[in-house]
Amino acid sequence: MNLFTIAWRSVKQRGVASLLTTLSMALGVMLVVTVLAIYGVVAESFRNNSSLGYNMIVGAKGGKLQLTLNTVYYLSQPVENIPYDFYLEFLSADERAAEYTAALAPPADAKDKGRYADYVDFAIPVCLGDYFGRFRVVGTKPEMLELVFDLESKETFEFADGRNFHHHSKEHGYFEAVAGSVVAREMGLKVGDMIAPSHGAADGDVHAQKFCLVGILKNTGTPYDRALFVNMEGFYLMDDHAKPMAEEAEMSSDQSPPGGAQTVDDVAIEDDAPVPAATEEHAPHRPLPVEQREVTALLVRTSNPLVAPGLQNTINEGSQAQAVSPVMEIFKLFEIFVSPIQSVLLAITGLVCLVSGVSILVSIYNSMNDRKHEIAVMRALGASRVTVMTIILLESTLLSLGGGVLGWFIGHGMIALASPAIEDRTGVEMGFFAMAPPINVLELLTESPIINISVSPELLLVPALVLLAILVGIWPAMSAYKTDVARSLGS
Amino acid sequence: MLLLENVSKSYVEPDGSPLHILRVPRFEVAASEQMVLVGRSGCGKSTLLHIISGITRADSGSVKVNGLDICRLSEVGRDRFRAKNLGYVFQTFNLLPAFTALENVMLGMTFARGMKDRARAVQLLERVGLAHRQQHKPAAMSVGEQQRVAVARALANRPKLLLADEPTANIDPANQDMIVELIRETCREEEVALVMVTHSKEVADQFERQDRLEEINEVAKAPAS
Repeated sequence: MNLFTIAWRSVKQRGVASLLTTLSMALGVMLVVTVLAIYGVVAESFRNNSSLGYNMIVGAKGGKLQLTLNTVYYLSQPVENIPYDFYLEFLSADERAAEYTAALAPPADAKDKGRYADYVDFAIPVCLGDYFGRFRVVGTKPEMLELVFDLESKETFEFADGRNFHHHSKEHGYFEAVAGSVVAREMGLKVGDMIAPSHGAADGDVHAQKFCLVGILKNTGTPYDRALFVNMEGFYLMDDHAKPMAEEAEMSSDQSPPGGAQTVDDVAIEDDAPVPAATEEHAPHRPLPVEQREVTALLVRTSNPLVAPGLQNTINEGSQAQAVSPVMEIFKLFEIFVSPIQSVLLAITGLVCLVSGVSILVSIYNSMNDRKHEIAVMRALGASRVTVMTIILLESTLLSLGGGVLGWFIGHGMIALASPAIEDRTGVEMGFFAMAPPINVLELLTESPIINISVSPELLLVPALVLLAILVGIWPAMSAYKTDVARSLGS
Repeated sequence: MLLLENVSKSYVEPDGSPLHILRVPRFEVAASEQMVLVGRSGCGKSTLLHIISGITRADSGSVKVNGLDICRLSEVGRDRFRAKNLGYVFQTFNLLPAFTALENVMLGMTFARGMKDRARAVQLLERVGLAHRQQHKPAAMSVGEQQRVAVARALANRPKLLLADEPTANIDPANQDMIVELIRETCREEEVALVMVTHSKEVADQFERQDRLEEINEVAKAPAS
């Protein structure tokens, strides 16, 4: 027999009240644990996605966040396009010359290197706007899937099945596609399936042209899992994807061929350009002329991180496009939206815990009137005032910590149950014992702590619950402390 | 063994005037002696027991147990002294309902640090005839059994003095003699001095020494003014 046992027996004696109080605290702690876990998943997911294989996005002028959400996360409404010419300014002389082979009227500097070529390692164009089911279709070049998509962990794309799409293949011409892991699973795709994207929206008109799925990516835990990558050349050849020539003609010089707008089939092709083989569904296609092309965004990696701000300024000063740093936008998004929401959620769940704490106070305090005689008996048997006060505080701590442990297990049980879904959507693994990511506890006290004491905020729940128990237990404990033994024994 | 000298106690009435409860010039109990205090209601019996046990502090005078004046001890000191040296049997048994008979006996040991002796608690329960009821809670026991557990609890810490405040008041006549005999016998065996308060003539007649509180307490003796 010790004070702990005495407190435990007293808690058991008030069975129903104790159970309800514990459940109330468990609910609060479960919510805290879940919010912390969600924060962990979001933070981890942001971390995963902020270490991109590129450090700049170039797109149409407008909202920087929208451009980032569109290009990095495949979220938000599609943005405007930028001219294909602008993309060519990032290419070397040889690459530009090769691109202009599919031009109706190459400019005079077609064989010169692009204005920004010296400053970049690569620029990968992406064309957005089409959907496959609820998933975004990303028209791009094969280089996209050769990208080191996470520079920090040097991760590259791996194929669960099949291979990367080719610029052109004999079997499928320009119409090859690769599906992200989630797309493949949800849409029940397998290599060899023919895929027809819908135009402009998930419920838009389905294109007549079909792509052959040649590969399925392994899960990356990034938004790439939720995208269908198609060959940009094929993307351009789909209905309504070519920029009308009339508009182009106005923008171009009088070198444009007469006749106004042209269709793809009218486009002349140079002798050495690849002529795609016919698919079952389609007649032979030729690449869309450069003049009829647009891109939604360019994924750019500068040759040196130091040149990025300068290049960004130069592009932003122009009228054609804007350049944004995706990492900065992602962190801004995190700071502006996610962190405050997290703080609000934590505050709310903290209040739930506080209310649960008050229910402990009410439960114990209500029992005090009945227990005054009991406390007086303990005092008569030799228990000091501090001893009876300690017993009450231990009761409150037992209820608080008991609820905390129960809440932790329920919270983590729920997380473990949701784990497969979380992993599918974010790539973040959340096992039963996965704790919220550590924080520097000293940051709670000062903005710039000198030393780093990193612990998971879940571990902070233990002292927090004990503190709460003491705070709510102190009132009934003082009542026990002040019990008039002589009077209570006589009552 | 127990010596009270010039002990007085008064309370303050709501109008601020003092209400004298107790004035005892001298009261003495020898080691292992067994005596009974009788008196009418309101003559200060319970107050006297509370002062002897240190639950209530006397306004003046001395209360010596084995030579130690407990009036000079702090409250914590009196609590500790009470736990180790005094046993208390209440009129209403006062067993804690959440604990078994054995645990109730050991409860007093818990408050007297370093005195957790389970074997002693078991032995005491056997002595009061409740070996088979060790794991039963008070609600499952008769009033007579509950009082026997209370006797065992009062003796758990091997006290030098046992105070019994009307221990038979709530017990049916058939069991009264048995309880009084049990208390007296165990006190004799343990060499514990016994001060029993009662207003039962039958109980009082079992003791050689019977003190009337009206004779000890000058306040109770004085005619009402």
